[in-house]
Amino acid sequence: MVLAPQALADSRLPPPPLAYTQLQDPKQEAVAKALMESLRCLVCQGQSIADSDAEMAGNMRAEVREQVQAGKSPGEIRAWLVDRYGDYVTYDPPFNWLTAPLWLTPILLIAIGLFVARRSFGKDEAFGKEEAE
Amino acid sequence: MRRVLIWAPLGFFALVFALVMTGLLAPSDRAVKSAMVGKPVPGFVLPALVPGKPGVNSAAFADGKPRLINVFASWCVPCIAEAPQLMKLKQQGVEIVGVATADTPEDMANFLKTAGDPFAAIGDDRIRKVQFALGSAGVPESFVIDGSGKIVMQHIGYIGPQDMPKILAALAGVQP
Repeated sequence: MVLAPQALADSRLPPPPLAYTQLQDPKQEAVAKALMESLRCLVCQGQSIADSDAEMAGNMRAEVREQVQAGKSPGEIRAWLVDRYGDYVTYDPPFNWLTAPLWLTPILLIAIGLFVARRSFGKDEAFGKEEAE
Repeated sequence: MRRVLIWAPLGFFALVFALVMTGLLAPSDRAVKSAMVGKPVPGFVLPALVPGKPGVNSAAFADGKPRLINVFASWCVPCIAEAPQLMKLKQQGVEIVGVATADTPEDMANFLKTAGDPFAAIGDDRIRKVQFALGSAGVPESFVIDGSGKIVMQHIGYIGPQDMPKILAALAGVQP
C-alpha cells in the first residue's frame, strides 16, 4: 500500500459547542441547517455534515454555524469551503465542463425521445415510406 | 452498412464493460485533496499548546525560508509512524511547524516524549479551524510552504521513508 490512510481515530476532546447546539436565532439556524445538508462530510464521504456523527463533521457544523452567525451568506460559506476542498465538498454541483454532461444529458435524451416519438407516431406516410424501402 | 451496425451493440457493451472494469480494478483513492495548493498560506495565529514551545503565526512564513507544516495529533497512530521521518527532516535542517489537531497539552507532552520532537513550533488547533483553512481533511497531512509563504505541495497520510525524496525535492525546489 503506497498511500497510507489517515487516522480514523477520534480525539479525546469534547466537540465544540456549536457542533450539537442550534443557533439562538431560529432564522439563522434554518439557514445553517439547509447549508449543512448540502455539504459533504470529508471523512464519511457518503453523508452530509448534518447527517454525520463523525468528529470532523461536528467541527464543520460548528464552523458553518459560526460563519452564519457572523453574517456570512450560505453562498459565501459554500464558496469558502469549495476554495479549500474543491467542488467535492458541495452536494450542489456547479455548472462547468466536468459537470456539463450531468446537466445536459437529460435534455439531450428528451430531445432524442421526442424525435423518436415523432417518427413513430407522427406522419403515417413517412412511416410507410420507410416500410417500403 | 448493416454488417457493421450489427456489431454496434457488442461494441457498446465492450465499452461500458471496459469502463466498469477500470473503475473496479483501479486502486481506490479516497483522499480529499486540498484546493489550496499553489495559493498563499491563509492567515492564522495559533496559541502554543505545550509549555516551552512557541505557537504558530502564518504571517512569519514569508521570510524566504521553506518549511513544512505538519497537521498531526497525539491520538493519531500514523503520526507516530511518521515521527522518525520528521526527525530525519529536522536533522537536514528543515523547519517543521506542527498544527496539533484537537489535542491537550498533557497528551501532546507524552507524545513528544515517546515519538520524538522535531517541531520548531506547535500551534493549538483545538476546533480544527486551521485544518479547515488549509483544506486538510484528516491527520496526518503535511504541507510544503515555499519561502514566499505559498503552499507548493500537500502530502496526505503519513510520511514514510518512500516519501522522503518527494518531500525533500519539494522543499529544495522552492529554496531561494
